[in-house]
Amino acid sequence: MASSTTAPTPSVTVNGERFGLDDVPAWTTALDLIRSRGLTGAKEGCAEGECGACSILVARPDIGTGGTGGTPEGTTWTAVNACLVPAASLDGQEVVTAEGLGTPSQLHPVQRELAVRGGSQCGYCTPGFACSMAAEYYRPGRCSGAAGHEEAPTATESELGAAHEHGPNGFDLHALSGNLCRCTGYRPIRDAAYALGEPSESDVLAARRGQPAPAAVATRVSGPSGGYARAADLADVFALMAEHPGAVLVAGSTDWGVEVNLRGVRAPQVIGIDRVEELRGLEVGDASIEIGAALTLSEVESRLAGRVPLLGQVFPQFASRLIRNGATIGGNLGTGSPIGDLPPALLALEAGVVLASPRGEREVPLADYFTGYRQTVRAADEVIRAVRVPVPLASISAFHKIAKRRFDDISSVAVGFAVTVEDGTVRRARIGLGGVAATPIRARATEAALEGRAWTKEVVREAAAVMRREGTPLDDHRASAVYRSTMLGTALLKLHTQHATQEEVGA
Amino acid sequence: MSQLSERPTNPVVGQEIPHEAAALHVTGRALYTDDLVGRTADVLHAWPVQAPHARATVTALRPEPAYAVDGVVRVLTAADVPGVNDAGVKHDEPLFPTEVMYVGHAVCWVLGETLEAARLGAAAVEVDYDVHPAIVTVREAIAAEAFQGAQPRLERGDVADGLARSAHVVSGEIEFAGQEHFYLETHCSLALVDENGQIFAQSSTQHPSETQEIIAHVLGVPSNEVTVQCLRMGGGFGGKEMQPHGLAAIAALGSTLTGRPVRLRLNRTQDITMTGKRHGFHAEWRVGFDDEGRLQALDATLTADGGWSLDLSEPVLARALCHIDNAYWIPDVRVNGRIARTNKTSQTAFRGFGGPQGMLVIEDILGRCAPLLGLDPAELRRRNFYVDGQSTPYGQTVRHPERLATAWDTVVATGELPRRRAEIEAFNASHEDTKRALAITPVKFGISFNLTAFNQAGALVHVYKDGSVLINHGGTEMGQGLHTKMLQVAATTLGVPLHRVRLAPTRTDKVPNTSATAASSGADLNGGAVKNACEQIRERLAQVAGGSLGVHPGDVRFDDGTVHTLGAAGEQIAWDDLVELAYFQRVQLWAAGFYRTEGLHWDSSRMQGSPFKYFAYGVAATEVEVDGFTGAYRTLRVDIVHDVGDSLSPLVDIGQIEGGFVQGAGWLTLEDLRWDESDGATRGRLATQSASTYKLPSFSEMPEVFNVSLLEHAHEEGAVYGSKAVGEPPLMLAFSVREALRQAAAAFGPEGTSVDLASPATPEAVYWAVESARGQHADDRVPEHAASAGMTLGDDAPAPEQPSGDAPRMRPDSEQVSAGVTAGAGR
Repeated sequence: MASSTTAPTPSVTVNGERFGLDDVPAWTTALDLIRSRGLTGAKEGCAEGECGACSILVARPDIGTGGTGGTPEGTTWTAVNACLVPAASLDGQEVVTAEGLGTPSQLHPVQRELAVRGGSQCGYCTPGFACSMAAEYYRPGRCSGAAGHEEAPTATESELGAAHEHGPNGFDLHALSGNLCRCTGYRPIRDAAYALGEPSESDVLAARRGQPAPAAVATRVSGPSGGYARAADLADVFALMAEHPGAVLVAGSTDWGVEVNLRGVRAPQVIGIDRVEELRGLEVGDASIEIGAALTLSEVESRLAGRVPLLGQVFPQFASRLIRNGATIGGNLGTGSPIGDLPPALLALEAGVVLASPRGEREVPLADYFTGYRQTVRAADEVIRAVRVPVPLASISAFHKIAKRRFDDISSVAVGFAVTVEDGTVRRARIGLGGVAATPIRARATEAALEGRAWTKEVVREAAAVMRREGTPLDDHRASAVYRSTMLGTALLKLHTQHATQEEVGA
Repeated sequence: MSQLSERPTNPVVGQEIPHEAAALHVTGRALYTDDLVGRTADVLHAWPVQAPHARATVTALRPEPAYAVDGVVRVLTAADVPGVNDAGVKHDEPLFPTEVMYVGHAVCWVLGETLEAARLGAAAVEVDYDVHPAIVTVREAIAAEAFQGAQPRLERGDVADGLARSAHVVSGEIEFAGQEHFYLETHCSLALVDENGQIFAQSSTQHPSETQEIIAHVLGVPSNEVTVQCLRMGGGFGGKEMQPHGLAAIAALGSTLTGRPVRLRLNRTQDITMTGKRHGFHAEWRVGFDDEGRLQALDATLTADGGWSLDLSEPVLARALCHIDNAYWIPDVRVNGRIARTNKTSQTAFRGFGGPQGMLVIEDILGRCAPLLGLDPAELRRRNFYVDGQSTPYGQTVRHPERLATAWDTVVATGELPRRRAEIEAFNASHEDTKRALAITPVKFGISFNLTAFNQAGALVHVYKDGSVLINHGGTEMGQGLHTKMLQVAATTLGVPLHRVRLAPTRTDKVPNTSATAASSGADLNGGAVKNACEQIRERLAQVAGGSLGVHPGDVRFDDGTVHTLGAAGEQIAWDDLVELAYFQRVQLWAAGFYRTEGLHWDSSRMQGSPFKYFAYGVAATEVEVDGFTGAYRTLRVDIVHDVGDSLSPLVDIGQIEGGFVQGAGWLTLEDLRWDESDGATRGRLATQSASTYKLPSFSEMPEVFNVSLLEHAHEEGAVYGSKAVGEPPLMLAFSVREALRQAAAAFGPEGTSVDLASPATPEAVYWAVESARGQHADDRVPEHAASAGMTLGDDAPAPEQPSGDAPRMRPDSEQVSAGVTAGAGR
């Protein structure tokens, strides 16, 4: 982790060139910074991480696939939304933009494929696509088609059309799920992605993967319009929180960046916690799996490697790869949003939230964590350190997301199911709901209507009628209240239809 | 083959080449207007003060507090306007309004040293409002008779007769949504003043000449003091045809007042809340079929939701009326049109320009009526196709209707429709909770600006002494590949390799008085002009070559950089040498080209004539799968055959077809503009004003199998090198998605179920359609947004509401052109 011998002048290396950060207001985004230095390839399309026109590559520690710990030795080129990331948070880091990938006379392979196949029309989204595509091009193990970003079990795989979302070269189309194009209809971009080969021997970005990523720097940037401080460790987090009451804790900045850009929120102090080691563990124990709050969802997905099938179903449906490369479980719980996609799943998993403060640590059941709209039991001096998922897991689990768009949309309703059926009887049912109340909630009446009863269509129909009455959904632009309620019931019916074999086994 | 359409040997047109700027796009080197800010010194940034009310009067505006904000340089108000305080050509769009007409209406602008200063300054401006009741929905406007502009009527034959001889009469109603353009590049202008006081405005505009004219009238200066340049746009789709003008005028005004460059770039929320969109429509109709399902009569009243000002609503409505027939012969027709005035953004051009809205009405009718007639929807459509010798309700002969039949039959064959229909039937029989369906729909779309005067274009072509060629033309590049095609046209006409030709950015001081790059006409019009300019140069060079080679100039040929005489063993001279020779003989090596589309005429007051040079045809077949639990769906396969004439640039054309289709599918299925229709304080506010709430198609909406081919033997005599326009028509191929969803929903019910489907057909809307087919839902449970209005059969079928006798007609072209300070707002 970071040493305290920080370079006196904060700076970031972009395409091999050092850009100073000391005269940059703390709320400045990475996008505004690089554009102001003449690199105008990355564009602002939406300023909220939805369109990917600002995608850039950041050299991040390679956590490998399937591992649960160990010291990272290599580097993963990770695509992120530059519009969301505070420029100051890139102190000491290496960034590559579309300009750094190649030049018109020496196109990078992803650029060449995009260009010759008609992958660009107006071209505005194209540099972002090039960066997102390059990140997947360089993903270790891509060609084997193994691990990494494989999706959940086969029941949902056919439903998600996952077979159509991987190229013969192992390219996972979800790598581009956070990039929007209004011109092409995407087919030529997909063809470009699926035509990519392996990086050549002389590819410097490929070679860079074999070396460690830049260490995090204990950055301190301050000015009249606010400050940014990167915490070196958990003690430093507490010290900074004590020094700056009301400071905003920021990991991936996928929520905070939206506040800054769209709502003009300016914090006196931001504390960066995304590289704090104590928040980045992943331990598989006998009683529980503990997941660090500041691991990115992409890291969690990779390191869990399918150990928690329910979460395995959530990740591909959670925003986009670009967002998951920044977003964390701590952030998703910390904002207290009623429509985050993780809480319904974690509620079904009966996860506990580990809260740490200088006073010590406590674990709160997630079901008790939310107290109201965007309000939680977390005290002002507390940090979410991890979540714990108890094991063994339920025999049946599923995540149902109801939204307008299959990739990268916000749920109208989200349902997490964890149901254990033994000998044809429901032994345990845990159901988490999002989007139907001021907080994520457990569907306790439905759980009661299932537990101890036969896993049959008749029982499930009765329970579905109960489930339709859970929560107090609202009408809004995403969906009507009646549709939301109806979807609660049909989600249970659908779950049963897809897992009816459990009934047969028990019968 | 005409002189215009004939291709020489070895033409560069027709070659499959990437977009001319592709290498710049992918490397991030391609410059858009906002990318110039960092390359310009001392730029000021603009930020609007947006009204929070749908309808209000500004009773006081106090800019003083803004000046207390560090970095604020100037607050622009109506008092600063030296010329005409208006952003449009209809003079109904005050640039600085005192009457707020929609939520988000900009009442003044703040200029700051930084964007942050301008933003904070705008927040500090104090505005007092006297709030008035507002009309938000098109139904409210109809009830209040709040209409604006002309109320045209398109009529042929006698609808009463037609209905009387019909075996089946059905009437119905539908209201469907508009669409946000969501070009990835939001509106942007950068204006500066040169040493002579002349304005140079760079703007992301589809219509530089009109941007120039509006800047000139706002500043009260002649057009020759204003130059507008557009490097390229990050998407336009019609949204930058009219909407950039006022924004560029603000930047220009700020620049003249401060002497510094002014950048005005809307962020996404500003762009969505301030600028116009595709018109949503309401339609009432009554239709008659004979015993075999042949259309006999259509009586319809279309009401476009125009928003707060006219903008392009009149021509959009005219095109909607002219496309309600789509591909179908309807003997007796009466279609009334009107434009609702609502307190929303002023709706404007959007790819298809009313055509999609008119066609949606007839496709919806056929989709809903087919089960009632006991016919397969595909058979009903095919049976009603135009055949040779028939004409449209506005009196234009439908030329080449057989191409539509050919395209249809090709899709049926190559898409293996009979086999797949059988498979779908088997799948549906064995799947209770999932249903599939396959729908096939046609497109016939008229090409040319409805307003005849706009069908002209200019170009400027230079050949330098070294033989290199530089072309300028009046069209703008927004991703559609126009510049690529123009380079190919120039190289073809001059007979030089493509790499010898370069293209310079679109500027009003190179080619004046241009029409908007719109109506799919960019390549037709500008291609004609580029070709004309190149031909003038080529003829002069042929004289020189003829002299040098000792043959008649008519026997000189230009081919791939070599100029030779006829015959295999002929003499030849290199292009570069010929150019040098011509220079020394004092022969003019540049030319201005001009093109006007021949044979067009249109009487907009009678809605009769031949406004279109030709029709573009296409057919699409789409297979979808619907989840009966949720209404969610996937597009499994799409097969398209589309008519682009002899393609100028196949890769570009395929891209336009695919992109247009997906954009159309977005409009019809996913993109969901929601305005606050409540009576609360936020009435009239757009609820979907960001990328997180307004969802356009992403990779998950891409058809899993997507087969697109170009119609063969499709030469078009009336356009440059035998090609056809391609920008708009493919959007309407997406009706096949909507009709497939309707049929899949119907498959959840008993055979012969007629399904009403809301538009957009979001998963929720499809779910309610499924429930309706199952016969399970009580109507009162279905939210208004998710429901489609009902239908009535037989003698009780009510007639659509008819406008009063004194409803204003469209003005004739001549009046439209001479009205106001500029010749605008037609089409």
